Amino acid sequence: MAEIVIRNLRKEFGTFTAVQSSSFRIEDGEFFMLLGPSGCGKTTTLRMIAGLELPTSGEIWIDGEEVGQRPASERDIAFVFQMFALYPHMNVRANISYPLISQGMSRAQVRARVGEVAKILGIEGILNRPVGGLSGGDRQRVALGRAIVRNPKAFMMDEPLGALDAEFREHMSQELRALHDRMGATTVYVTHDQLEAMQMGDKIVVMNHGVIEQFGAPQDIYDKPATMFVADFIGSPSMNFLRFRGAVQPGSTSVTLHHQALPAPVAREPFEGEMVYGVRPEHIHLSDAAPYRGRVRATEYLGTTQIVTIETPNGQVKARIPSDQPTRPGETVGLDFNGATVMLFDQQTGRALRSDLNRGVLAHV
Amino acid sequence: MAAADVSMTVPNGAFVVLLGPTGAGKTTVLRLISGLEVPDEGDILIDGRSVVRETPAQRNVTMVFQQYSLYPHLTVRENLAFPLRSPILNTPEAEIARKIGAVAEILHISHKLDNKATQLSGGEMQRVSIGRALVREPSLHLMDEPLSSLDAKLRAELRIELKRVQQELGATLLYVTHDQIEAMTMATHVGVLDQGRLVQFGPPREIYENPVSLYVATRLGLPRINALPARLFPGAPVGASTIGLRPEHVAQGDGKPCEVLRVERLGDQTRLHLRLDGHDIVTLTDAHTRTEPGDIIAIAPRNPLYFDAAGRRVA
Repeated sequence: MAEIVIRNLRKEFGTFTAVQSSSFRIEDGEFFMLLGPSGCGKTTTLRMIAGLELPTSGEIWIDGEEVGQRPASERDIAFVFQMFALYPHMNVRANISYPLISQGMSRAQVRARVGEVAKILGIEGILNRPVGGLSGGDRQRVALGRAIVRNPKAFMMDEPLGALDAEFREHMSQELRALHDRMGATTVYVTHDQLEAMQMGDKIVVMNHGVIEQFGAPQDIYDKPATMFVADFIGSPSMNFLRFRGAVQPGSTSVTLHHQALPAPVAREPFEGEMVYGVRPEHIHLSDAAPYRGRVRATEYLGTTQIVTIETPNGQVKARIPSDQPTRPGETVGLDFNGATVMLFDQQTGRALRSDLNRGVLAHV
Repeated sequence: MAAADVSMTVPNGAFVVLLGPTGAGKTTVLRLISGLEVPDEGDILIDGRSVVRETPAQRNVTMVFQQYSLYPHLTVRENLAFPLRSPILNTPEAEIARKIGAVAEILHISHKLDNKATQLSGGEMQRVSIGRALVREPSLHLMDEPLSSLDAKLRAELRIELKRVQQELGATLLYVTHDQIEAMTMATHVGVLDQGRLVQFGPPREIYENPVSLYVATRLGLPRINALPARLFPGAPVGASTIGLRPEHVAQGDGKPCEVLRVERLGDQTRLHLRLDGHDIVTLTDAHTRTEPGDIIAIAPRNPLYFDAAGRRVA
C-alpha cells in the first residue's frame, strides 16, 4: 500500500531527453495508467519509479520516502512485464514461491502464502504443472502471482496484456481490474492502448515526446482534453478537428466557420487566428435543417450505431449516429453540433482555449 | 478438418467477408478458391465455370495477403506493372500505363509511383499490394486479413478506402478476417464460419439483428451479447434455455434488481457491469451517469433473442 509522488522527474540518455520534468501524484490504492504512443517516455517513467533506471533529476516519493536514487531492491515494488519472464525449468508453484524463498521465508509460510495467491488468481489446479505447457493467459496469471505473492507496496506493469490477442486481452483486462478491486494495491500500468487505459484506469497520465500532456480521471480527459494531441489520442474514432480562421471573446458562445455560426461553450479567454473547432463523433447530429452542410463520403454499420464520414468545407469529420437513420454516400447533409461539448484549440500550439467547459481542468500540471 | 462444409454464392460485384476466429477455416476456404489447396470434395464455380481442376493461374483470381510482399528493389510503378507483364497476360505497354495510372489514382498513391517500395509507409505498401491485385481486373479478388498488420488509425482509413474502391470498380471481393468491425463496416454479405462450417450468410444487419445461433450472436457486437439462463426473466418461449441480450437491449428502470459491480467510463459511453443471481451482465448507459458500484438497479430484457440447449435460435 503506497502513495507515489513524482516531482520534476527528468531522464536524459546522452543528448536525448526521454522524460522532461514530470510531476504527478498517485493516490494509495489507485489503478494508474501511463498512456502514450511508443517513444513517449511512459516506460522510462515506470522504470524510474521501479528503480530500474535512475532519474537524471527530480524526486520519487513512495509512502513518504524519497527513493529516487535508491536501487530497485530497496523500493519494495513488484514488476510485471509484457513477456511473461517465467523460469522455464520450474513448475508453477516453484515460480510463484521463488521471491519468498529468496527472501528466506520458512517453507510452511511459503506454502500458505502461495496457496492464498493461487486462490486469488484461480490457478490452484495448475500449481504442480510445468510452465512450459501453459496457455498465454495462465502464464500471465503465474507472472502476476509471482508479483502479488511478495505483498509489495505497489505494482508496476509494462503492457502486461500486449502479447495477448484482442478477445483474450479484453477478458484479462477485466480480470486484472477485478483483482485490483479485491486487493486494493497501488498499481502503475503502462499502455499505448487508449481503450485499455479508459477501461481500467482510475487516473490517466497522457504522455507525448517525454512531456505530460494531461493528467486526470478518464472521463475528464475524454470530455476536456487539454491539447489536440490528447483529443486525438483518446476516443475512437477520435475527436474531429474543423480548422478555421476566426476569433473568440470572453463570454462569446459561438464561432464562425464558413459563414455559419457554430455553437461553443462560453469562452473564458480571447483568441484570434488559426483555430480548431473540436467535436466528438457522438456530438454531431445530421439534420436537414442545419445550415452547415457537408457531403457524405462513407457509412460504416456498427450494429446499433453507424459512423458516417462527411466532407465539410473545414475538412473531413466522422459522426456517430443511430444505424436506423438512413444515410447514403454522395448525399448532402446538414450538421448539428452539440455546442456544450465543443473544444476550441489554438491550431499552432494545439492548446485548448479556456471555456466554461474546461474551467479548472487546464491548470493540471 | 479445416473446412468441413461450405456452400455459398458470391454475387458479382459483392463484397463478401468471411468472419471467424483463428482456426475457423477462413484461410483454407480462400486457398481452396485460389487453387493453392485442392478440395477433398465439392466444386468451385467462377463465372459459371467449374475451376477445381484448373491451376491458380488459370482461375483468374488475385490474392492479397496479410503481409504485403512487394519487390523491394522495384519502384511502385514497376511493382504494379509486374502482374500485367506476366507472359500469360502479355498486356501492351500503353495499356499497362493506363491501368497503373487509374489504379494509383483510386488508391491515392499517384505521387509515390516512382518511389522504391522500401521508401513507403506500412499503409502505402499495403495499398500497393492491393493495387497490384486491382490492375489485373480478375473475376474475383481474394484477400486474407490485408489490414491486420496495420495500426488502428490506418486500418480505419483503409477500411473506408477499400470499400470505396470496390464500389467504384464494381469488383467482386472475398475477404477473410477475424475482426468483426471489418466485417460489419465493409461487407455487403457476411459469412460466419465455425470450425470449418459456414453457419450463416447474409447482410451485416441481418447477421447482427437476426443470428441463427448463439455462436453467430457472439461474433458480432461489442461488448459481446450477454448469454444468460432463459429462466432469469419471465416470458421465455418453450424450449429456450438461453436468453441472449445485447448490451443495448438491457432496459433499465423496471424488472429484476441487480447490483452494479463496476462502472467503466469509455468517454462516449459508460459500461455497467452488473450481477444478477450470480450472473454477470454488461450494459451501456449514458456517458455521464451517476450510477456507482454498489448501487442496485432494475433491469428487464428488450428485444431478447432465445436459444435452445444446443445454441440454436428458437425465437
